[in-house]
Amino acid sequence: MIARLRIPGVGDPTLLALVLFMTGLGIAMIYSAGLVDVPSLATGIWVRQLYWFGVAIVALAVTSRFSLRFVEWLAPWAYGISVLLLILVLFIGTGPNGSWLELGPGRLQPAEVAKLGTILMLARVLGGAPGPYERLLELWKPAAITLVPFALVLLQPDLGSAMIFGALLLAALFWSGVPLFKIFLLASPGLSLLLGFNWIAWGVGFLVVAAGLYVHRLFILETVGVLLANVFTGAFTLRIWDSLADYQRNRLLVFLDPDIDPLGAGWHLIQSKVAIGSGGFIGAGFANGPQKRLAFLPEQHTDFIFSVVGEEFGFIGVILFLVLFAFLLWRVLHVASSMDDRFGSLIAFCLFAVLLTHIVVNLGMAVGMMPVIGLPLPLLSYGGSFLLVLYAGFGIVQRVAWEA
Amino acid sequence: MKGDNEHRSIRRQRGRWAARAIFFCLSVVAAGFINLQIFSTDLYTLRSSENRLRTITVPAPRGTIYDRHGRAIADNVPGYDVSMLPGPRDSISAGLDRLAERLELSPERRAALLSRNRDRPGEALVVRENANFEQVAFIEERRPRFRRIVVDQRPHRRYPAGPSIAHMIGYVGEISQEELDRPEYAGYESGQSVGKAGLEQQYEHRLAGRNGIRYAEVNALGTVVRDLGVGQAQAPVPGDDLHLGIDLDLQVYADSVFPEGMRGGVVALDPATGEVLLLYSHPTFDPNAFIGGIPLDLWNALREHPDEPLLDRVSMASYPPGSTWKLVMSAIGMKTADLAIDTYQTDTCDGGLWYHTRRFRCWLSRGHGRLNLSEAIKHSCNVWFYQAGQRIGLDPLLAGVGEFGFGRRTGIDLPSERPGLFPDSRQWYDDRLGRGRWTEAVVWNLSIGQGENEQTLLAMAQFYAALATGRSPVIPHLVRDEMLAQQRADWTLDLPEIQRRQLVDALARVVNEPGGTAYGNRLARWTLAGKTGTAQNPHGEPHSWFVGFAPAYDPRIVIAAVVEHGHPDGAPSLAVPLAAGIVDRHLEALGLPPEETPGVRPTEALRVQAGG
Repeated sequence: MIARLRIPGVGDPTLLALVLFMTGLGIAMIYSAGLVDVPSLATGIWVRQLYWFGVAIVALAVTSRFSLRFVEWLAPWAYGISVLLLILVLFIGTGPNGSWLELGPGRLQPAEVAKLGTILMLARVLGGAPGPYERLLELWKPAAITLVPFALVLLQPDLGSAMIFGALLLAALFWSGVPLFKIFLLASPGLSLLLGFNWIAWGVGFLVVAAGLYVHRLFILETVGVLLANVFTGAFTLRIWDSLADYQRNRLLVFLDPDIDPLGAGWHLIQSKVAIGSGGFIGAGFANGPQKRLAFLPEQHTDFIFSVVGEEFGFIGVILFLVLFAFLLWRVLHVASSMDDRFGSLIAFCLFAVLLTHIVVNLGMAVGMMPVIGLPLPLLSYGGSFLLVLYAGFGIVQRVAWEA
Repeated sequence: MKGDNEHRSIRRQRGRWAARAIFFCLSVVAAGFINLQIFSTDLYTLRSSENRLRTITVPAPRGTIYDRHGRAIADNVPGYDVSMLPGPRDSISAGLDRLAERLELSPERRAALLSRNRDRPGEALVVRENANFEQVAFIEERRPRFRRIVVDQRPHRRYPAGPSIAHMIGYVGEISQEELDRPEYAGYESGQSVGKAGLEQQYEHRLAGRNGIRYAEVNALGTVVRDLGVGQAQAPVPGDDLHLGIDLDLQVYADSVFPEGMRGGVVALDPATGEVLLLYSHPTFDPNAFIGGIPLDLWNALREHPDEPLLDRVSMASYPPGSTWKLVMSAIGMKTADLAIDTYQTDTCDGGLWYHTRRFRCWLSRGHGRLNLSEAIKHSCNVWFYQAGQRIGLDPLLAGVGEFGFGRRTGIDLPSERPGLFPDSRQWYDDRLGRGRWTEAVVWNLSIGQGENEQTLLAMAQFYAALATGRSPVIPHLVRDEMLAQQRADWTLDLPEIQRRQLVDALARVVNEPGGTAYGNRLARWTLAGKTGTAQNPHGEPHSWFVGFAPAYDPRIVIAAVVEHGHPDGAPSLAVPLAAGIVDRHLEALGLPPEETPGVRPTEALRVQAGG
């Protein structure tokens, strides 16, 4: 029945309904997250999310009316403004990490806006190229487009959001048909960064890259460039580690063993696992989660919203939400797959990648499989900027489906 | 459009991969949830309960301590404890910073609190016991800023009479790690109050009671959200009350009349039972200052003060007994050397006596002339007692003093009583001075309560109580208790009643006959009997002593008082009026009818009876 609805610009009413439904569920969970026995910032904050919901719907309605060619024309502007905002926030940012811009009645997180700007710009550049890139050196453009917001967000410093840009680049290249091995080469310096903690591990990684380069017989310049980049990043690992803020280092260390600091950095992880684990099969019931209610659960309305879901709805609720997320991801992927226009298709796929990364990182964090990286859960976590950006993205995706 | 077709086929393939990625990623995450919510749910449910269920110790109120008239010497008032609930270390530390100034937390205290939090991260941290009203108000007014802070009401110790009862009551303080390790404190928790000195320490296990337990659901800030039913709670058992023989009025009186700026002590016993009526040491301190943790600077000031205010001069200090010792000499002489009340010595007192080439002086340089024992006591003649000591001889003297229990503790119910000092044998001198490096002249010094002779007020009071009643010596005790009142020391005076009575007469003459050394302080209504003492000491002016009892022939109170350096040459002896005043006040408080003619009642009748 939904599928028969014809709203101009809305090509996938099922997806739209799903997005609205999940946002509604999200607001319900934020409402529950605010029901605590202790004075909390989260109390009543669902109303603000409701306002943001309204603004986001308007954004969706507007972007779904934009023709793809207009969006393509708009992309450099959006990207440019995003970068400007990111520079601006470095100087006049507010909030705990200085990552917000005070903007009249609300606050804007430029890092979220930049995700959309970067998606559009990557889609424009890769979609406008004559064919899939064959040579590594040809990738300089998308790489540069990503590197600028990546570096600016890293400077805030917001490691989690910065990583999203890396994921975006890989996703865009993947979808635009760049051979997987090239993507691997491009990503290899990042891998070296991780392996750089142990020079043996790094050496093995380096040999694998070198062997691959030999087998695929790339240009000399590319070969040398990739190898040098690997040496460079591998050598810098420890220096970068030293330059991380204490809390960031702690978060990474605590992920390995939360009990090294149960009251400090490990608190978030342990309390989240306790909340989810104690939810059991059927949960404590909506609004009744004792860990949340008694404020043991930190950030329960933002990064740890799903711990509330786990505690209050139990495993059944978790599975239902996972199915909803899977359905959502599949619908977006479907739009990307069924669109012939490379620009539109890339936008849809990049949005898919952003959603998937956020969902996996956020849920992985909630169950203790990932370090505590502050990434919100799409549509569920409190946060206006991200909701707004997602909705603008969904609007464009609706347009993509409409034009397909 | 070969490119597009190729692109389309690549995309189709990669779309399938992406779809598998959805399935794969969400399956991995789902596995994480299965692990937590299906396989480990019991573990996490337990941890959730541990998170939010707290056993809260409900402190038992300590027993009240009453004086003989039922007035509280130590009781409890509701006090406010400020605690900080378990949580991330950063917030504990930040919370302490915010409280430090207002709660007067020194940097040392702050460091100690943080280290305790490190040792026991799951326990609430008692930041400040017995916070005052302003401090509590400061926190309550700023509730949102102090969310991890809890203020609970707990019973706190109060000593209404403060300094006047300090040494007997002792004080309470937070149990130390060292005490926690000792078996007698099994079951105590860190942070708990425990008696540290005096009766609070002596009767800790009776006073403490048993703490109760309550289960409560707390939030992450540890605030109690709801009590989980009284059914699961275990009510605290209040500590036993103690009823003392002490008269609070007498304590307060002693505190008010004790000579200003002097040091010393005074103890009074009921000679019939050994109940302590008064136990006062000066200078004193306010035990209330210890409640909730004494500030370090005050503690150091008390400990390092040259007058040692924390020292209980009744049970822990010994002084050369001076002339009060002459009654001990008299009793031993009567028992072992045929001294009688009317015995005259070979040499009359001309102000001193030669021991070979060394002259031992009497306190009266012009001499007392010819005296018998009774007169020698009345005038406190040293020369008479030098000869008495000579007649008794060193060995019988050392043995006789030992038989009277001197040099041992009296057994008062206080934790830190120290014994007095008296040589137990010649070996004692050989060990200390070297064989052949001392002479029998030590007897002379011992005879007048000097030399190697230091006694506590308690020991002297116990001896005089035995002398006053003629019964087995009582054991001084603070708590009124039938068992304690029945207890007797393991020695007896063992003096014929007639001779004991003669010594009492002599003591009555000291106070009630013109020329007696305490005549100036006789009582108008009752016959006070006693002996003054002027104890030479290496630290300065002589100590002033008085040990006595009243009424002389029906004793209701035995008193021993010392004022350090309280008898300078030519000045009155300060202990005598102090003791006389206390005795008078006590007898009046007893409602004892005044004697018709206070004074010495000659023992002629008795003598005739005995003779006949």
